[in-house]
This record gives sequence, structure tokens and C-alpha cells, in this order.
Amino acid sequence: MSSTIKLEIVTPAGKKYSGEIEYLKAPAIDGQIGILPGHAPLVTALKIGLLELRKGEERLVIPISEGFMEVTPDNINVVVRTAELPDEIDVERARRAKERAEKRLNGKDSQSAHFDYVRARAALERALARLKAADANKD
Amino acid sequence: MESMRDIKRRINSVRNTQKITKAMKMVAAARLRKSQEMVEKARPFFNKNREVIYKVSRYTKDYTEHPLFLDSGGKRHLYLIINSDRGLCGSYNVNIIEKAKASFKPDEEISLITIGRNARDYFKKRDYNIISEYINIPDYPDYWFSKRIGDELISLFKERIVDRISLVYTHFNSAISQTARMIPLLPLTALEGSGLEENKKLDYLYEPSADQVFDVLLPAYINNILYAALLESKASEFGAVMTAMDSATENAEELIGELTLLYNRARQSAITTEIAEIVGGAEALK
Repeated sequence: MSSTIKLEIVTPAGKKYSGEIEYLKAPAIDGQIGILPGHAPLVTALKIGLLELRKGEERLVIPISEGFMEVTPDNINVVVRTAELPDEIDVERARRAKERAEKRLNGKDSQSAHFDYVRARAALERALARLKAADANKD
Repeated sequence: MESMRDIKRRINSVRNTQKITKAMKMVAAARLRKSQEMVEKARPFFNKNREVIYKVSRYTKDYTEHPLFLDSGGKRHLYLIINSDRGLCGSYNVNIIEKAKASFKPDEEISLITIGRNARDYFKKRDYNIISEYINIPDYPDYWFSKRIGDELISLFKERIVDRISLVYTHFNSAISQTARMIPLLPLTALEGSGLEENKKLDYLYEPSADQVFDVLLPAYINNILYAALLESKASEFGAVMTAMDSATENAEELIGELTLLYNRARQSAITTEIAEIVGGAEALK
């Protein structure tokens, strides 16, 4: 059994990551899930949150939106709507998005029938994940 | 023969039209570039998506019990038709409508969801049953636009308001070639093909449970197909606009050539007449 596992992250905006890693932590719908090389075949749905991957000393945190993940003993396929590598995260934009989403969730519009709660909520979660990832990648 | 002034006026008017078609061609070309990029970037995502669904459906025995796989055998068929909001795109809209009409079967109870103003107007005029309509498609559709439509399709299917759903869209081959396509969407069927070895059985674990994973996976798959179809259709539309406007610009050029010839002929005959008059006048003075 090899000591690494191949990870691929694909989104509608292209292939975001492809490479050998040693450990992956992912936000499954019922809680965090950790994958090591040689994992049993698994399929799970992912929610908005942070993917954390390790390779030697390197540690990378990638914010993702909802999607799913397929694991075989030597492959991990992460299929998600969005994923951002550290240099793609726009902290300023995420901060603005967070404020906007909070305002929408707390504002007077939030009681009206047209209000898309799911969407606003998702926007907030995405912004939070991005900010956290940006923070985590700093050190 | 028309007077010189009339011809001149027509040349100017054609030239103005040509300026417009040329500008439209340029705008479409710029948009096409971006759309095409989106389509191409998204393809690995959809292929991977398909591959995973394929493997999962292949290796899991009871997956077909999920409600989205359930074939009721009924005849209420919903067609989702994607075309454009605007005209001036050559045969783009006509092809889609023809494709859709060719797919309708006489023994089916047909209902429609139209995306784009053109399909809506066409089918409304002919008294088809339009369940809902989406207009003002964004130039670069985002996920939320397709999710709204996808959610509606899934709930129509789950509540058994329709028995099957098909999608009619335009596949983008290249800037000058697009094909109208019809694909069945729901109920889902076990996907065919692609070189996976039969004996390499994988016994997937599902976290937290197969049902819960399918509840997320399958609707997401439908939404992703829709999103892909929207991107493809939009890129095709820009390609069609570009081609149509290109040939319009060429036709205008040709027309200007013909009119210029006419103009020169008129000018020449005017000069000839004038010379004849002068000669005639000089003759009379003698």
C-alpha cells in the first residue's frame, strides 16, 4: 500500500487540484471525515466548509461549496461547485459578502415571501469558510 | 432608372445596417470567447460527475429504488426547452423548436417548460401546455439560475405531476457548428458504457447512509446536467449570432457593390445626357 493517495478536485470553473497527498479532512454532511491512503471505497456528500489536506510538512486549507466525494483505495475525487486555492481567495470580497449576507439575514426583507433564506445562508457560510481558510493558510 | 440621389441614399442605408451587423458580430465574438471558455473549463467537472454517478449506479444494487429512478410508465412527458431571448441568430431557435417538435410523440400528454423568450412565444401561440417559463437568461448563467429550474423539475417529478422529463438544448461543437439535441433526464436510468472493468467490483460505503447520499448526489447530478446544457446552449447562441451577423455583413458588402455599379451607370448616363445637351445647344447657335 502506498503512503500517498491521489486527490483531484474538480469544479465547473476547471480542475482545481490534482496531486498526491497523505491526508484529507473533508466536511461531510454528517460531520468531518478523515481519509488516509488505502481507505475503503466510499461515497459521501459534502457541505460548505473547509477541505484540509496534508503532504509532508505542507498543509493546505481549501474552502469548498456543496458537492460530493468519491474515495477508492488510491483515489479521491472531490466534485464541488466551487473550490479556491489560497492565492485565489479574495479576502476583501469574502468580508463584504459576509456583511451583505448578515445584513440580508437580519434585515427587514428576511420576513418577506420573496426572501431566499437558503441562498443567503449559503452565501454567509461560503464567505465564512473563505475567511477561515485564508486565516488557516497564513501560518 | 433610379436617380443618382436615390441610389446614393440606398447605399448609405445599407452601409449603416452593415455597421450594425458588424458591431453585433464583434460583440457576439467577444461573448462567445468567454462562454466557450466556461464550457471548456466545466467539461472535466461534468465528466467526473458522470463517472462517479456511473460507478455508483453500477456497483450499488439497490440504487434503483431511489424515487428519481422510478419509472411509472405514464405518458405525461415534460420537455424542457432551452433557446434564446433574442432573435438575429440564424437558425439557432428554429433548430431547437424543430428538434423539440420532432421529439413529441402523438400518444404523449405533452407539457413544456421554456427557457428563453423565443420558445415561449412560439409554443404559447400554438396552445401548448406551458408549466412555467424562464426568460432573460443571463449571458453567463450561474449555478443559481440553473438550480431554480432543476429544483422545479425534481419536485414536478417527485410529486408525480409528470412521468418523464426530457431536455432539448443545443450542443456546442465549435463557433460555426452547433447541434440541437434531446436527452432524457428523468427518471434516471443506469448509465451506459465507458470502459470500466466488469469484474472490478467496488463495494462502496455510504456516509452517513446510501439513501441520504443519493438524496444529495442525484439532484445535484440533475442540476449539473442542466447547468452544462445552459452553458452549452448559451455558447451555441453566441456562435450562431456571430455566424449570422458575419454573413449579414458580407451580404451588405455585396449589395453595396451592386448599388455602386448602378450608381456609376446612372452617373455616366447623366454625364452623357449633359454632353449631348451641350453639343445640341452649340449646334443650335451656329
